[in-house]
Amino acid sequence: MAVTKSEVIPIRTEHDIVVARQAVRRLSVEAAFGLVDQTKMVTAASELARNTFIYGGGGTLQCESLLEGARRGLRLTFTDQGPGIADLSLAMKDGWTSGSGMGLGLSGAKRLVNEFEIESVHGQGTRVTITRWK
Amino acid sequence: MASGVSRVVEVLKKYEKELLTDWLAELKAGGTGNDGRVSETELHTQAKEFLGTLGEASRSAGVGDIERPEWSPVRDFLDGVSRARVTQGYSSDQTATFIFSLKRPLFKRLSKEIGSDAKVLAEETWTASELIDKLGLHTIKSFQKTREDVINRQQEEMLELSTPVVKLWDGVLALPMIGTLDSARTQIVMESLLQRIVDTGSEIAIIDITGVPTVDTLVAQHLLKTVTAIRLMGADCIISGVRPQIAQTIVHLGVDLQGVITKANLADALALALKRSGYTVTRNKA
Ligand SMILES: Nc1ncnc2c1ncn2[C@@H]1O[C@H](COP(=O)(O)OP(=O)(O)OP(=O)(O)O)[C@@H](O)[C@H]1O
Ligand SMILES: [Mg+2]
Repeated sequence: MAVTKSEVIPIRTEHDIVVARQAVRRLSVEAAFGLVDQTKMVTAASELARNTFIYGGGGTLQCESLLEGARRGLRLTFTDQGPGIADLSLAMKDGWTSGSGMGLGLSGAKRLVNEFEIESVHGQGTRVTITRWK
Repeated sequence: MASGVSRVVEVLKKYEKELLTDWLAELKAGGTGNDGRVSETELHTQAKEFLGTLGEASRSAGVGDIERPEWSPVRDFLDGVSRARVTQGYSSDQTATFIFSLKRPLFKRLSKEIGSDAKVLAEETWTASELIDKLGLHTIKSFQKTREDVINRQQEEMLELSTPVVKLWDGVLALPMIGTLDSARTQIVMESLLQRIVDTGSEIAIIDITGVPTVDTLVAQHLLKTVTAIRLMGADCIISGVRPQIAQTIVHLGVDLQGVITKANLADALALALKRSGYTVTRNKA
């Protein structure tokens, strides 16, 4: 598998979430995703970017365009140095929120993509990686 | 500067006229007043008035602390200058130059007045320098505050402009939403819609999200809250513009829109609203 392109977007302000969504939309189009796949990837990115901003206290989004054989894909990595998630299986549960959200961001994002990975160290930060293939 | 009043106070009083002349020359050399945004007479009036209030404040409260109440005329004056400069299109550093240009003339008069006593001169120069820096910083802060206010106001105006509530029919309101639904805007949208429902006594509200590119959990939550509020007021709500890709994504996210009437486009929503209000639309055969 080859990474054909990589860019990093800071997620420091609310507005950066909009910028992140636009970048993911653009890269999804470049990867020749259909309208449904584009929308799924952008929506997943929106959820994770907002978590990075709200709970992680800001961080970064790395976007990588992928090529495996003839198959194109997009991998997004959200990293923050925030408080981390104490109980991952709880956080992944539908409807669980520590704030005032719907508690569907993480679990929903997982359902919207092909691959989903989350690592979080309590007190050190969180990294979520999602990949979608055409 | 432990012993009593700073010599700066004395110099400000004694050389008020000379300081004005030198300062205006500095300003002119620095480019202020050369581009027609501020006229020479205006600049002259401003500088003169400033030196007047500066002298007064320094005599009544010393030059150590410009936050003291006696200094409020000076601060107010600078706020006024900053505001004017914002509307005249100056940058923050150009605006601060107004104050910083006073440094050299003031130093010059100080050294003339104090003469060869190097220790006193160094002390007084330091005092003067600190004073001008504080005034300059105050000006920059005030400039930025004014500019932020202007931007915020423009943003709010834009928000209101971009969220029209349209009357489609007697008793039927539509709210076409366009763009990203960040929380500030969604709040305004919701409030103006609820208000219009009350004002018009409407029974059905259609929220059209054709122009909203992404519906994530935050947007969904805002929509659901709005629908609930509308229902509590005794009206009905239809969400239109739910394109197939949005519908699929909402389902995968796990958001439950059950109980909310959704339509793919505004036309379908209007047809339903009319039907519910008891209208039938027929086409006249030619
Ligand atoms: N980057 C992060 N750092 C720390 N905690 C996080 C992070 N991301 C998620 N969490 C925790 O996991 C919980 C669940 O996240 P999830 O995105 O599923 O729901 P939510 O953000 O609370 O609500 P929603 O996303 O539906 O608006 C959050 O409430 C928060 O406590
Ligand atoms: Mg979330």
